[in-house]
Amino acid sequence: MNFLGDVATDGIGGIEHNIITAPLEKLVNWSRARSSWPASFGLACCAIEMMATGGSHYDISRFGMEVFRASPRQADVMIVAGRVSQKMAPVLRQIYDQMMEPKWVISMGVCASSGGMFNNYALVQGVDQIVPVDVYAPGCPPGPETLLHAITTLHDQIESGELLKRRNATGAGARISIEQLDGQNGSQFVTIGARR
Amino acid sequence: MTDSRLHMLPRRNAVLRMSEVHAASLADGERLEGENDQTMIVNMGPVHPSTHGVLRIMLELDGETVLRSKPIVGYLHTGMEKTAETLTYVQGCTNVTRMDYASPFFNELVFSMAAETLLGVEVPERATWIRMLMSELNRISSHLLSMATNGMDIGAVSMMIYGWREREEVLRFFQKVTGLRMNHNYIRVGGVAADLPDGWEDDVVALMEMLPPRLEEYDTLMTGQPIWQDRLQGVGVMSPDEAIALSASGPLLRSTGIDWDLRRDQPYLAYDQVDFDVLVGTCGDAFDRYAIRLNEIRESIRIVYQILDKMPAGDYRVQDPKVTPPPRARIDESMEALIHHFKIFTEGFTVPPGEVYTAVESARGELGCYMVSDGGPKPVRMHIRGPSFVNLQAMPHLMADGFVADAVAVIASVDPVLGEVDR
Amino acid sequence: MTDDAGAENVEEAEALEYGAVVSWSAGEQKVLHVERERWFETAAEMAADDWSMCVDLTAVDYLGYSQPRPAAPAGLTLERFEVVASLLSMPRRERVRLRAQVPESDPTIASLYEIYPGTDFLEREVFDLMGITFEGHPDLSRILLPEDWEGHPLRKDFAVGTIPVQFKQPDAS
Repeated sequence: MNFLGDVATDGIGGIEHNIITAPLEKLVNWSRARSSWPASFGLACCAIEMMATGGSHYDISRFGMEVFRASPRQADVMIVAGRVSQKMAPVLRQIYDQMMEPKWVISMGVCASSGGMFNNYALVQGVDQIVPVDVYAPGCPPGPETLLHAITTLHDQIESGELLKRRNATGAGARISIEQLDGQNGSQFVTIGARR
Repeated sequence: MTDSRLHMLPRRNAVLRMSEVHAASLADGERLEGENDQTMIVNMGPVHPSTHGVLRIMLELDGETVLRSKPIVGYLHTGMEKTAETLTYVQGCTNVTRMDYASPFFNELVFSMAAETLLGVEVPERATWIRMLMSELNRISSHLLSMATNGMDIGAVSMMIYGWREREEVLRFFQKVTGLRMNHNYIRVGGVAADLPDGWEDDVVALMEMLPPRLEEYDTLMTGQPIWQDRLQGVGVMSPDEAIALSASGPLLRSTGIDWDLRRDQPYLAYDQVDFDVLVGTCGDAFDRYAIRLNEIRESIRIVYQILDKMPAGDYRVQDPKVTPPPRARIDESMEALIHHFKIFTEGFTVPPGEVYTAVESARGELGCYMVSDGGPKPVRMHIRGPSFVNLQAMPHLMADGFVADAVAVIASVDPVLGEVDR
Repeated sequence: MTDDAGAENVEEAEALEYGAVVSWSAGEQKVLHVERERWFETAAEMAADDWSMCVDLTAVDYLGYSQPRPAAPAGLTLERFEVVASLLSMPRRERVRLRAQVPESDPTIASLYEIYPGTDFLEREVFDLMGITFEGHPDLSRILLPEDWEGHPLRKDFAVGTIPVQFKQPDAS
């Protein structure tokens, strides 16, 4: 597996020891997973956490996703970040329709997944009423760690090709639900109500 | 009418008063009589990288010049005021905190202050100072967000990364104190949810020492930079008369030269016991607003140092059993404590009938809460006066006769947060 | 400054300012109860008297309110809706609240746009969510809800719209 070592020692002849062959489908899935560009669909508080994920500390660029495309025609993933109101629902569907296949949807936050704490007249109770969702990321808002977990889950599914097969069969999204990962590593917890 | 004060708004015709349905029908080539055939109505948003959320603006363009415009909001309407009527006062903070999601502590603060006025409880000193500390830190994180997005909109994309780098440090402190990075539900009726953790002074000092050199980096990147100055100076100019007529507040109002800040002029919490300057602009343009926000961070740092010195010991929550649940440890020991805890968190406490309007100076302007209660555990009416909602009325006036590129700079300088616009 | 034409005897006459009855709410806040017909004139008088801006304009639906109306003087004809305007005087650093009773049968009141243009969006919001019409407003259309929405959600007879929670079975990864 020492590709560079071979080239270094044998020059261009060293390459012939190291030809990588793979099925075309695998290569395509490999590249799709590593370069899925998100359409910027930040609506509310979750959008701030999505921007924080794009910041330098959490760095979504490691996963090839720092380019939030303004035009949905250039985007692969729609991260619905925030609450979807009745007025916004047709706009959301229009943006989803304008994206080119293959496309995926991550429903970020509880408001996008199920209406969240706002079970009232104004909100669509879950964006999966409108678009097929592939990954649900819980949290209010889900921190960057949870969003990255959702993204890597999606990438695993893309790379295995499972998602597209299922989409062609049923037309629905993968509807994978993940766990919320925030605050688990090294954060200080506070006991609410503790007397000092 | 002789009483009319519309003369204070010389550019009031800049507001495009056209319905969305009519604008959509223009695509078919229909025009009303008298409408100008040379102009074009273009839609900006609601899905747009530079509109600070789901804001839609209808622009009437003549070439590249904006003649009239109309902000269309409501794409994030969540029915929060209606939801507030179904939540108890204990739960109310979770609802309002999601309105201005860039500076959540202010929402919780104004809600809690309104309920406390109706209740007639007095918050202990330490709780007041903790609230002030969190508010000022939130002002810093909100202004960092504002400058980061302002920078990205104008084209200084690295400002986005820098702003978020600093904001992460502030959010880390918030997570340590409240448990959450955003939408904290920390400032509650009667005080705050928990005391500050051990070692908070060191954390805050580290934060305050980290910020000034970074702010100087922003000065290098933006303030003194010719491109930045060209893009923002003279753009979105507002006169003091216009600002007062349009009920503007916050940096938008102060950029026009009007010296009004609720922390100094109608003090609440303990702002009369700390020294700080109120920053006022001279030209009323977008550059002034940016500079005010940058320097308000410096003033907030100054206030936080004073809070560090003066933080008193004491209760972090009023010890009135009607409002405050018992400490968690006592629930295991005492049946009364358990019942007390249960009643507060299920039924909620009742607030005497009354009505009140409370206002604080949020990062965006005057954030007010008008609350009406009827002696029950849930408010009859809870209205939040969002500064971004009112400041948004100024946008057509600021965009008039500018270029489309300047429209982006204007939106960034008004800095609306659509959560509190639409509620 | 303010004109205190009322008598000292609280039981008999009520204090009047700008022709409106004064009362006090929680937090020692002054409230002026303005007659609906005099809404515009009172605001115009106050604007001329250094009440710089109208910071907030909202409405309350008192349908089913079980207690006596808060901070309402005796003898005031109470209606279902109240329009509440908060004014701020920057030179005097004072606030005051104006309240007008608006009946359900005729939910209209004068618009304050000519005096305080900052009420543009605020009045549209009250129209949208409460259904109170403001006469003289340049463009009274819905602002927060879609233009073709029916009903006024903040009214007490409009349900919150809670739907039963749908427990969907996700396909766990």
